Amino acid sequence: MPRFILRRAYFATLTILLVSIVVYGVFSILPFDPAALTCGQKCTPAIVEANRIKLGFDKPLWEQYWLFLSGIFLGRTYGAGSAEFTCPAPSFGYSFNENTCVTDMLKEALPVTINLAIGAFVIWMVVGVGLGLIAAKFRGRYPDTLSSVFVLLGTSLPTFVTGLFFLIYVTIKWKIVPLSLKGYVSLTDDPVRYFQYFILPWLTLAILYAAFYTRFTRATVLETLGEDYIRTARAKGLSEKTVLLKHTMRAALAPITTSAGLDIAGLIGGAIITESIFNLAGLGRMTLQAVYEFDLSVVVATTILAAAVVISMNLIVDIAYGYLDPRVRIK
Amino acid sequence: MKNLLEIKDLKVTFPTDDGFVQAVDGVSISVAPGETVAIVGESGSGKTVTSLSVLGLHNRKVTQITGSILVNDKDKTLDIVSAPLDKIRSYRGRVVSMIFQDPMSSLHPYYKIGSQLTEAYLVHHPGQKEAANKKALEMLSLVGIPEPQVRAKEYPHQFSGGMRQRVMIAMALMNDPAVLIADEPTTALDVTVQAQILQLLKDLQKKLNMGILLITHDLGVVAQVADRVNVMYAGRIVEQGSVDDIFYSPHAPYTLGLLKSVPRIGSKGSERLKAIPGQPPSLINLPTGCAFAPRCEYISLAPENSCQSKRPDLLGTNDSHKSRCHIQEDKRDKTFTAEIKGARV
Amino acid sequence: MSAPLLSVKNLQKYFPTSKNIGLRKQKLQVKAVDGISFDLMKGETLGLVGESGCGKTTAGRTILKLIEPTAGEILFEGKDITKLRPGLMTPLRAQMQIIFQDPYSALNPRQTVGKIIAAPFEIQKVTPEGGVKKEVAALMERVGLNPEHYNRYPHEFSGGQRQRIGIARAIALKPKLIVADEPVSALDVSIQAQVINLIDDLQRADGISIVFIAHDLSVVQHISDRVAVMYLGKIMEIAKTQDLFANPHHPYTVALLSAVPQPDPRAERTRERIILTGDIPSPINPPAGCVFNTRCWKAADICRSKTPELLTVGKSSVACHFPE
Repeated sequence: MPRFILRRAYFATLTILLVSIVVYGVFSILPFDPAALTCGQKCTPAIVEANRIKLGFDKPLWEQYWLFLSGIFLGRTYGAGSAEFTCPAPSFGYSFNENTCVTDMLKEALPVTINLAIGAFVIWMVVGVGLGLIAAKFRGRYPDTLSSVFVLLGTSLPTFVTGLFFLIYVTIKWKIVPLSLKGYVSLTDDPVRYFQYFILPWLTLAILYAAFYTRFTRATVLETLGEDYIRTARAKGLSEKTVLLKHTMRAALAPITTSAGLDIAGLIGGAIITESIFNLAGLGRMTLQAVYEFDLSVVVATTILAAAVVISMNLIVDIAYGYLDPRVRIK
Repeated sequence: MKNLLEIKDLKVTFPTDDGFVQAVDGVSISVAPGETVAIVGESGSGKTVTSLSVLGLHNRKVTQITGSILVNDKDKTLDIVSAPLDKIRSYRGRVVSMIFQDPMSSLHPYYKIGSQLTEAYLVHHPGQKEAANKKALEMLSLVGIPEPQVRAKEYPHQFSGGMRQRVMIAMALMNDPAVLIADEPTTALDVTVQAQILQLLKDLQKKLNMGILLITHDLGVVAQVADRVNVMYAGRIVEQGSVDDIFYSPHAPYTLGLLKSVPRIGSKGSERLKAIPGQPPSLINLPTGCAFAPRCEYISLAPENSCQSKRPDLLGTNDSHKSRCHIQEDKRDKTFTAEIKGARV
Repeated sequence: MSAPLLSVKNLQKYFPTSKNIGLRKQKLQVKAVDGISFDLMKGETLGLVGESGCGKTTAGRTILKLIEPTAGEILFEGKDITKLRPGLMTPLRAQMQIIFQDPYSALNPRQTVGKIIAAPFEIQKVTPEGGVKKEVAALMERVGLNPEHYNRYPHEFSGGQRQRIGIARAIALKPKLIVADEPVSALDVSIQAQVINLIDDLQRADGISIVFIAHDLSVVQHISDRVAVMYLGKIMEIAKTQDLFANPHHPYTVALLSAVPQPDPRAERTRERIILTGDIPSPINPPAGCVFNTRCWKAADICRSKTPELLTVGKSSVACHFPE
């Protein structure tokens, strides 16, 4: 098993590297001058040229990429002489618009996104898998029908509709959840504020995913219930509860885990719409802003980060699958 | 000596999109200690549905079951048809166990076989982990699996087909059941492995004095292991008797037809097989009268029009050898026995 | 003696597979067919028997070039077709047909029966006398189907009837050779006899040579002129049917025959059975020397080191160092 992990880790690293090359390459080919974007209205060619040299855009492409890559491990120094400044390792670049190292921006935005993703994940897994299980057990009867209504609504309503609904009605009109004007607080600092900040964005995301997982779980459980080994379990005299929760869920766990891992990985890339609606200072909103403002360093960094998360999650999920399904293990 | 299992007038009906299917239509079978009773039939005969009914494995909300299935547990008796599910569960795997056709899909792929075995014990003896582990290793040895301690920690896919079926048998015997139901236990196995498994079942039966209800379509297997035989066709038992009765003096035309159509090693290869014409009937639109009439070549021997209009009852001058046919029994005895002598090697 | 219709010499089919060891992949071979040789005369039925993993199905398909052989020779009507490219095989395919085991997956569920049986004519661009439709109707009658069911779909037929459709398709172009791959294994007992009789009748009438692959020895004995017993990719014994069943020489053949239960209770009670121990080894790593040595009660050192050749013993050809 450890050999299997090593093999996959090796290929995962290679893939991340490849992705970084491709992303960097794509952004560098874009038909506008990155240096020209660094200053706002009061731009002169002299400033543009100075910035170009400062940010290293005058160097050949491969050297730029190399500086970028090495910056992640060693930090990167921009400019020369008195105007010199360093973004310490890990450096993902420098944002002129915000006048900070990208890494610092990431440090601020990442916890928000991670909290958002994990919170929503917990809610949607509990609701989705639970409801799916109930729907499968009571197939054809009213719990199943009700859950399919929920599934239909959840998958058809786009996040901006549910999000806006929550924002406009629950927060503003009905004042059930107060408007979070203060921004992000961590769970440990102020639990009440923390929940107020996240509860509606969590629900917005969770409704969509829970609906999907209800349907997915129901289908997987029903499929498993038709297997011969479930008949054997009943023939041994096991109670329906044990048959369902121990034997059936154990088998259904593998595909559900795989899917869940990949979904949460995608979410960390940034739930752009939800973050925008609720004005959460996460990766998604950061990326969106950077796109509007042509802040290339930020966009490159967040893209590569999102890709790295997805690739790593793929690896973790594959390893987990090996634990869940012994037939797949390499001996 | 009391019978371990008594099925009395069992009827099982399923609703389908095309109508009601009478899968089992009045079946009565008994199994005594140390006895192997076979149910022989082709697809659609109702043999598997009957075997599943004994453990109450049908979905009661959908399937209609009437009649009675009496299981004797020492001095207590339970009627599976009318008993509540929790009572039935207490009998499953403990008084009556079942092994199935395909051991690969019948074992849970994600749990080690050791734990699947101990689970079978623990459900009826909760909390006794040590006893369960000991019994599991004992049973694995009993069914001929070498190095049980090592193999108990392995998964089903690490075993070969024959080994898996041995594991299934071990699991079924964890609680020393009185009756073992074996549903086509060797159909999915190679013939040399089949021989091993059938020998194993016979040995275990002798050791534990249990009754075996064997479901199969293979007449050779029946001849090898069965004491008594029930031949089923279209949901009904068409002949019931000792294994010698069935093979040497069949009284039902269907039984005779089967015996004549099976190729035998040692017979003259140049002769054509005497096949039964036509096909088994649809269970939704069963013909009135005898279900086998459309394919029967002996109709002329029966009283005029009786086969197509009236369903024959299961009767016999000898209580231990009964059959369903309108033709007079002594006429059949003479004709069929002569025919089967000709077909045999 | 006339020349054989089909001559197979040292036919091998190895399937590549791999195992992951650390970061590298170890290349392995599944030795499905490992050097088999036999001749098939015109109008003869050769039974190919064996248990799972013996390679009989692979052998059947390789003979027809449905699978490309790894090594060896296949001579059809004297011509070497071993290395013949698929394109050049096409006209020959009219002469070599196959009947499959599973009547449920061998027929395209989206085509009518008429279309299925007519397909060979279309593919080979042959128009029979009287037209395709008439010929298809005649074929359907020949195999015992109602020609009026021309426009029905496979799911409207029973298993036995679908097998008949497969047979009609196989004999449409009047082939000289048919490989029947377990044609009755998936059928009910009472239907098996009907289909076996049908194949028997057609063969006698048209003089077709058949390679009849099966695991059921009783069926093979009934229909074959000669029988070849396979184990782990090799032929253990090959002989005329009566000789093989009356006087088996190879220990595996003896064990195999001993294991088959017969519908005769008295005989079963008095029978002496040889029960083989152990499991069938994997074709990825077959035993050295005689492949049967791990389960043979006669195995000696020579069996573990030297592979026995197919030699004549009595009236049969046997590959064993200590034939019975």
